[in-house]
Formats: sequence, structure tokens, C-alpha cells
Amino acid sequence: MPILPNMPVLDLVKSFKLKTKQQELLIRVSILCLVYVLAFITRLFSVLRYESMIHEFDPYFNYRTTLYLTQNGFYDFWNWFDYESWYPLGRIVGGTLYPGLMVTAALIYRILHFLRFAVHIREVCVLTAPSVAGSYDNEGVAIFALLFTFYLFVKAVNTGSLAWSLASAFGYFYMVSAWGGYVFIINLIPLYVLVLLITGRYSMRLYVAYNCMYVLGMLLAMQIRFVGFQHVQSGEHMAAMGVFFLLQVFYFLDWVKHMLSDTKLFQAFLRITVTCAVAVGAIALGLGMLSGYISPWTGRFYSLLDPTYAKDHIPIIASVSEHQPTAWSSFMFDFHILLFLFPAGLYFCFKRLSDATIFIVMYGLTSMYFAGVMVRLILVATPAVCLVSAIAVSATVKNLTVLLRSKNKGVQTGSTKGSSSSKASSKALLDQSQPFQKNGAIALLFGAFYLLSKYATHCTWVTSEAYSSPSIVLAARGAHGSRVIFDDYREAYFWLRQNTPPDAKVMSWWDYGYQITAMGNRTVIVDNNTWNNTHIATVGRAMSSYEDEAIEIMRSLDVDYVLVVFGGVTGYSSDDINKFLWMVRIGGGVFPVIKEPDYLVNGEYRVDKGAAPKMLNCLMYKLCYYRFGEMLTEYGKPPGYDRARGVEIGNKDIKLEHLEEAFTTSNWIVRIYKVKPPNNRW
Amino acid sequence: MEVPIRATGLLGFTFFSLLFFVCTSSPLHSLFISNAERRIDATSHIVKVYLTLKVENAGSTPTSEVLLAFPPTQVDHLATVEVLVTKGKRKKTTLVRLDVKPTELPDAPDGAKYFTIFLANPLNSGESTTLEVLYLFTHSLEPFPAEIGQSESQLVHYRDSALILSPYHIKQQTSFIKTPSRKVESFTRVEPTNHAGTEIKYGPYEDRPPYSFSPILIHFENNSPFPVVEELVREVEISHWGNLQVTEQYTLVHGGARHKGVFSRVDFQSRPTLSGASSLRHLLARLPPRVHSVYYRDEIGNISSSHLRTDSRKSELEIEPRYPLFGGWKATFVIGYGLPLQDFLFESSDDRRYLNFTFGCPLLETVVDKLTVKVVLPEGSKDPSAVVPFPVDQHLETKYSYLDVVGRTVVVMEKKNLVPVQNSHFQVYYTFKPIFMLAEPLMLASAFFLFFVACVAYLHIDLSIRK
Repeated sequence: MPILPNMPVLDLVKSFKLKTKQQELLIRVSILCLVYVLAFITRLFSVLRYESMIHEFDPYFNYRTTLYLTQNGFYDFWNWFDYESWYPLGRIVGGTLYPGLMVTAALIYRILHFLRFAVHIREVCVLTAPSVAGSYDNEGVAIFALLFTFYLFVKAVNTGSLAWSLASAFGYFYMVSAWGGYVFIINLIPLYVLVLLITGRYSMRLYVAYNCMYVLGMLLAMQIRFVGFQHVQSGEHMAAMGVFFLLQVFYFLDWVKHMLSDTKLFQAFLRITVTCAVAVGAIALGLGMLSGYISPWTGRFYSLLDPTYAKDHIPIIASVSEHQPTAWSSFMFDFHILLFLFPAGLYFCFKRLSDATIFIVMYGLTSMYFAGVMVRLILVATPAVCLVSAIAVSATVKNLTVLLRSKNKGVQTGSTKGSSSSKASSKALLDQSQPFQKNGAIALLFGAFYLLSKYATHCTWVTSEAYSSPSIVLAARGAHGSRVIFDDYREAYFWLRQNTPPDAKVMSWWDYGYQITAMGNRTVIVDNNTWNNTHIATVGRAMSSYEDEAIEIMRSLDVDYVLVVFGGVTGYSSDDINKFLWMVRIGGGVFPVIKEPDYLVNGEYRVDKGAAPKMLNCLMYKLCYYRFGEMLTEYGKPPGYDRARGVEIGNKDIKLEHLEEAFTTSNWIVRIYKVKPPNNRW
Repeated sequence: MEVPIRATGLLGFTFFSLLFFVCTSSPLHSLFISNAERRIDATSHIVKVYLTLKVENAGSTPTSEVLLAFPPTQVDHLATVEVLVTKGKRKKTTLVRLDVKPTELPDAPDGAKYFTIFLANPLNSGESTTLEVLYLFTHSLEPFPAEIGQSESQLVHYRDSALILSPYHIKQQTSFIKTPSRKVESFTRVEPTNHAGTEIKYGPYEDRPPYSFSPILIHFENNSPFPVVEELVREVEISHWGNLQVTEQYTLVHGGARHKGVFSRVDFQSRPTLSGASSLRHLLARLPPRVHSVYYRDEIGNISSSHLRTDSRKSELEIEPRYPLFGGWKATFVIGYGLPLQDFLFESSDDRRYLNFTFGCPLLETVVDKLTVKVVLPEGSKDPSAVVPFPVDQHLETKYSYLDVVGRTVVVMEKKNLVPVQNSHFQVYYTFKPIFMLAEPLMLASAFFLFFVACVAYLHIDLSIRK
């Protein structure tokens, strides 16, 4: 730019003024920064309300393994045989987990320490979370990896570049290393390819992108020990392989078509080839299934396709609350206006159909379906719903602003350059209807702005109210409105850690297994990694048997302590008595001696005087209500009034023969019993 | 119960006669004690002994050293010995502390250990002086029975001698033992012996030769909890930006009779006086005034049961462990707090800086078996030296904290068997140039600057190959 010597000041000011492109960049970066800051801050509610701690159940296992990884190094972690869980079987941890999360956290930890930030590994773990700070679960990195893979793959399809495709294979590898939900990718991408094939959008770009991604992704994924050869053998991965072969057939046909000039001949050839390919594929699949080389679908996968499957066949999957189908209310609660914007976004996607929008549509629809089947999969659907809704908002706002701007321009052009021909006349036509349109557009813009800001406040409120409780520390309102904290879980776990022999084995329902090993540092019989149904059923059977039968089972498992969770004093409803029917069902599923009707009265589950005799005398009932009959819980109610179920208990005179009370927390939420050594025979 | 006492009595008698035999053969001392009174306070788990000795010099030469003797079994539990002497005449008396040092004597009978008291003024022939001796024993009350149930009360054995062990002839002596309650199961009688209320009186005994010893065993109720800190690591980190950060890691154990059998929450909640009477429910820590950002947590997170009361002279932190501690139960926890630096850091005359801080454990009525004090000096400080009023093991370490490059020098001091009385001050001297304070902010600033420069550069450079 030539600088005029007589106006340097004006020029300096001009040079500071940003160009349109720079303005756009600035706005984009600052908006993204603000979004990031808001997203980060809302996640800190739990840290501010409670403390920097790990939440829920599974995160405790992740935390424990991360701790192990940072203390003992990667090789020890990879070869770790954990004898502190699943006693006496143990667990090969390195081969039965997705290490992505732990490796990521450990890496962040190492980098921070290299930069001389002496943070504790717990802080790193607390902030590596998908929903709120502290829920240190696989999804924390997996959702990122999922979107990253999708982004790279769509980029690869758009460009046909090997580099992007390779990158997406690595993204897939990261996803496989992080979460079992990678199955979603390896089924969605072939489905997407199939849809493109059917809609006649096959191209060389797609061929390159998919083949490279599938082959390399598969090879990389097989390096994860937990996946290994499943990637080529199990039923869930067969779709990807089928589509891979289909693509080859397609490519071959394309080539033949190119070589053959006769269309009739080609039609015949096509028919034969397709039939052959389908037949060969079907026979291969059938043979593989029959010979057992290809394993059938797992129960969890079945329950995704058929939500009622788990309820009838696998009680252990059905008993987990986050595996339940999602209620409508929770959809409304979580998605708010996105639920209405989602269809609109789909409409806009279809309007501007391209390879990329087809992908977004498919991702949105499939993940929405899965979110409906299982509560926890809302996490997978969220990015898709946000994306599609954002498309809707963006398209609407763009249309409205274009309307506003075009009018202004029309006026301007009309005033300055009146000598335009047909365009000007059409604009003039537009101008006549404009006062109304303009006002409408402004009103709609304000409406959109209002809705979006409402949505932001709603999300903040939901995060703060519903998702920021660590569930290990319970908070309630006291009589005078003050906050009462029930820290019973940690009280009990810390007692176990400090005051029991280091090799003590603790039997509890599997929900508490990870927490006992992580916080109590003691060996457990079963834990949240529900890999061995029989072992869990054995514990369920012990809990639902009479004491003298249960003691045999407990002795055979070397149990030293039994831990139960009881909410009768505080009114805490997710306790073991309320979970008990699942124990009966899971136990009965393996050991037919346990029959669910024995614990019910006319199909009704009750703990008061009218309860079934087997219920009143089974181990779980005895351990929960031992000496509870002497306890006054609520003013004006008889002793032994269970506040969680609102009844007076049916068996107040409980005697324990083989067990003794070892510890009960201050609010009775956790009760620990010691198994007495057998009596001397002489 | 009678049998063991008699047995020890017999043993003690042989010991006594042996001692007597040994002592008569040693050269006679010129000093003797005309009157001795001993008050043993066994109400808590730290046994406090107040000994008043009237020492007279019967020899011809002036002497300035007086010996205190302890049987070897007691020396291991001896936490501190303090000697005071009254100065001045009536109404204008002041107490003066005298130097006491452990001494080895070559002809010590039966492994007796000595402490030498250095008198301020030599004791001339025929003169007498009154010494007030205070010493504390830890781990000296032995629970018997060693295991009790939740509803039982805690009974302990206390072993001592009815006669004061001394290398000098004692003309007249009396001992009083104070027990926490009237409930005394048994005690050895060495006539004249008298039990009234919460006090057992031994004596007066007349004209006992040196090294007289008469073992006694008292079996009584002591329901006070026995808080013992097995290990305490105190870390004091100095930041010249105005803060002193203290982190204390405790391993606490209830050192009383071990808990046996059932722990019933119903009984514990409904009958707090009868059930778990000797359990440890809360502890009081006395912290310096103007304390801020106090936290109390353990390996698995914050412990919400604590209260902090502050006033201008002191701060009191009342903490409850996660669960009541019964005999033998353990709890580990961390207490941390910040303090204003100007209250504790001073400049000495030779242009060095020094930290003046308390050495002991802030928990009241607590025995510390092993204490490690670490003073983390700011990065760049040199020539550290520590001044501690009693012998400690010392060495240096290096610690890396936020943004440290060369690491911080840590002065580590270790001491065993500590009682709250010894919460005396220590000083750590070092030199430090204030310019080092700016190192870390400058590092951060330059890192951000480089980051922005890199961003600007990236936006202005076109790296693509094709044009």
C-alpha cells in the first residue's frame, strides 16, 4: 500500500482497522473462547459445592488405575493382575480395560509436571470428565475421540485425501482405546457408506476414505488387548467388514463397466456378480457363525436393538439404572429447546444435501435412537443434537439477517444507483412487502436470541441442580434450612482402610466394589466390572439365603467382612433393601434354589409385618435391620420405623449367629459385619 | 491378679537388695536429700511427675551438680525433664529454669540412667536448696486387660517405685499418686500406704539409703482416650510473597486398651457415657492466631467434621476423625493452614532472615512418637542453619514445587517421643535475595509472551507448498 506522506496518522488508524476476514476470525475465536469458558465453569459446580473429588462408582476404578499407572509406569499397568478384586479369581486389569482415559490423564499429569506444575493426579482426573468435574469416566475422552474421528472421516470423504483418512484411523484408534462405544463408530461409518452407495453417491473419494480408515483402523484397534481379535471375529464388527468387501465388489463392477461397452452384457454380469457376492458373503457369515469363529452379538448389543431383551434375559444389565430406557421427561429436561430444533435442523440438512450433511443426519438419527434406548447414551447423542440444532439456528438466523440486509441494500442501491433494470424492479417489489417482513424478521431474531439465552441458563441450572452431586457424599436440608452432609460412605471406607487387616476380603453387592477397592483399599468379591455373572449370582445367593446357609457360601469365599448399605435411618432410598430384588433375580438366574416369589407377598415387595417369612429372615434383611428395632428414627413413630420405605419393620428381634457388627456409620448408611471364625469343635 | 504383683514384688526385692549392695560399695556422696515429695499425676495418658527435692551439701567442697536417677525401664518412656529453682525471698520469688543434661556414669548400678542438674550457684558446704523437678512419661500406663469391649471401662497398670530412686541418701520422702477416678482395683502396699479418694499416698519413709527401690503396681480405671500420633510430618513452606503454608500429616492411633468384638452404633449413640467411654471422639488443635485457609482432609477427601474458632491471641481447631477411635483403631489425616509471614519471619542482625516457629504438635494432650519438621525455604535461598533447643537429627533435602527450576532447599529435623510441653520454638536461618521472588512471575510472563508471538507468527506465515 503506498503511504502518503501528508496523512500518516489517518493511515495508521486505517492500518489498525481489521479487514472483514480478520474480523470474522476474531469473532470466531472469541466466541469459541467464551463457549469454552462457560462450558468449563458450569462443570465446576460440583467442585465448588462439594470438593475436588471423584464421583459415582466407575470413576473410582478409573482413578485407581490411573494412580497405579502414574506410580508404576505403563508396563506394570499393562501387565497388572489385580488380586484385590474378584477374589479368588482376580482380574487381568491391563487386558480388560480401555486404557485411553488413564493414559490421557497420566500424560497430562506428566506434561504438567514437566512444566513444573506440581498438581496432584486427582486434580487431573477430576477435570478430565465428560459431564461435571469429578465424573472421571471413559466418556470424558471418548466423546471427544468420537467426534474427532467423525470429523476427520467426513473430511476424508470430502477431500478423498489419504492423509485425512489416515488421521481418522488414528482418531478411531484413540476412540477404541478409550471406550467400548467405539462399536458405534464401526457400525455407523459402514452404514453411512452403504447409504451413500444406495443413494448413488459412490465416488473414488469415498472408496479411498473408507478403505484406508477401515484397514488401518482395524489393525490399530487390534492392538488394544481388550479388543484384540474381536475386531475381526465378533458379530458387532461384521457390518464393517461386509461393507468393506461390498466396496471392493462395487469398485470391480465399476471397472468392468468401464471396460465393457455393451450395457446388456454388463447388466447380466452385474446380476451374476451381485448374486455371487451376496451368496458368498452369506455362506461365509453362516459358516463363521456355525463354526463359532464369528462370535454372536453380546447381550448389551442385543439390548440396544431390542430394549426389552435385557429385562427378560440378562437381569445384571437390566439392574443398572443407567441402562434403562430414557424417560420422556429426561429428554425434555436435558435437551430443552434442542428437541424442537432438532427436526428443523434435519430439514435444513436435507435441503442442502451433501455427503457431509448426510453423515450428520445419520449420526443424529441413530444416536437419538440409542439415547432413547439407554439413558447413558444421551451422552453420545448430545453432540449430534447440538450440531443439528445449531444448523437449524444458524440457517434461520442467516435467512432472517439476509432479509434485513437485503432491504437495507435495496434502499441504498435505490438511492445511489437508480438506473438498474430488472433486478431493481424485483427489489422494489420486495420493498413493498418489506415493512412487515422486516418487523417480523426482527421479532423472530429477538425470539431466537431469547430462546437461546433461556437455553443457556437452563443448561447451567440443570448442571448445577441435577448433575453436580457426587453421589458419594449426600446432602440434605436440615430442620432449619441448613445444609446437612452425610459422609457415611467415606467414613465406612476409611474405617475399612485403617482398621481391618490388609488382606481382609469384603463381600458387598457389586455396586460398591470399585469404591471399596479404591477408597477402602481392601479385596472385594465382586465389583462393577460385571464380567462373571456366576460370581455375582453367588453373592446374590448368599445375601438372599438364611444366615446358616449364607455362612457356608461366605466361608467358601474366604469372606471376612460383609458390607451393606442401609437407608432406613436417613431415608436414603437407593440402598440395598431396595436393590434386593435384583440380588434375588440375579442369584436365582444361576441358582434355582433362590426363587423370587418366596420374597414377595402376592407379588408385592414389603419389609413390614406382612412380609414373606423368607424375606424377614434372609441375610440381607438381618444385616440391614440388626438392632434397628431399638432405634427411634422419627418423632411420633414407633421404634424401628424405616424412613426410606415408610413402614415399621417386621422383624425387630434379630439375632446374628455367625456374624457380628463391626462398624456402623454415624447415620447408619453403611453397616459392616465381621464373619466370626468357626467355633472350636472341642 | 494377686499373683503377678507378688511375683514382681519379689523380683523388685532382689533388685533392691542388689542395688543396696552395689551402692554401699561405691564412694559416698557428699550430698543428701533432706526432704523429697513426689506427686504423680496419672489422670491422662501422659504421666506427669512433680518432684520437690530439698538438697543439702554435707561435704566439705562446694558442688554445682546434682544427679537425678531413673530406672532403665522408665528412661525409654521419659519425654522431658525440667528443673526449676525458686529464687529470692518470700513473696518475691521467681522460678528459674536450670540446665539438665543426660549423663552416663561408669558405675551405674543395674543400668540406671542419670540426668545432671547444673545449679546456677554452687552449693556450699552446709547449704541447702529446693529443686522443683517436672518430668513426663509417655506410654507408661499399660492397659490391663489389654482388650476391652465397647461397654467396659479401661483399666491400666502403672508401675513405679514407692521409694524415689536417687543416688543420694534421702532422709524423708512421700509420694502421692493421683488417679482419674476413685475406682482403683488394686495397689501394692508398702507401709505406710493410704488410699483416699482419688489419691494414693506412699510414705512418709524415713532414712532410705541411696538406690533404694521398692516396686509398686497400681491397677486403676483411666477412661481418658490415649491419643498417640505415631508419626507426624510438619511441612512449613515459606513464600516471600507473604504466606507461610503449614501442612501436617498425622498417623493417629488410640493407644489405650484394644477394642474387642462388636461395635454397636445404637449403644454408642444412646448411651454415650457408658458405651465407648474411653473412645476418642474429638481432638483440639491450638493453632497460631490469624490463621487462614484451614483444611482438614485425608487420602480420600475432605473431612467435614471440624470447627475453627479464632480470636486475636490464638486459633482453636476442633477436629473429629471420620469415626470415633476405639482402642487400637487408627486414622490418618492432614491438616493444612496458611499464616501471615510477618508473624514468623524476621531479619537477624547479620542481614540474614530467620523463621521462628513452634516445633511440636499443635494437638493438645497428644503424644508424638516420631516428629519430622520440614522447613521448605524459598527457591534461591542459601546457607540454611537450624537452631533447636533440644537435640534433633538434621539433614537437607530438595523439593520441587510449582515452577521450580533448581528446587527448594528443605531443612529436615527429626525427633522421637514428644509431648505438648515441648512445643518450644526453633529458628531456621538463611540468606535470600529478594530478586529471586520475581523469577517465577517473569517466567510465566515470558511464556505467555512467546505463546502470543507464536500465534501472531503462525497467522502471518503461509506454509502451504502450492501457490
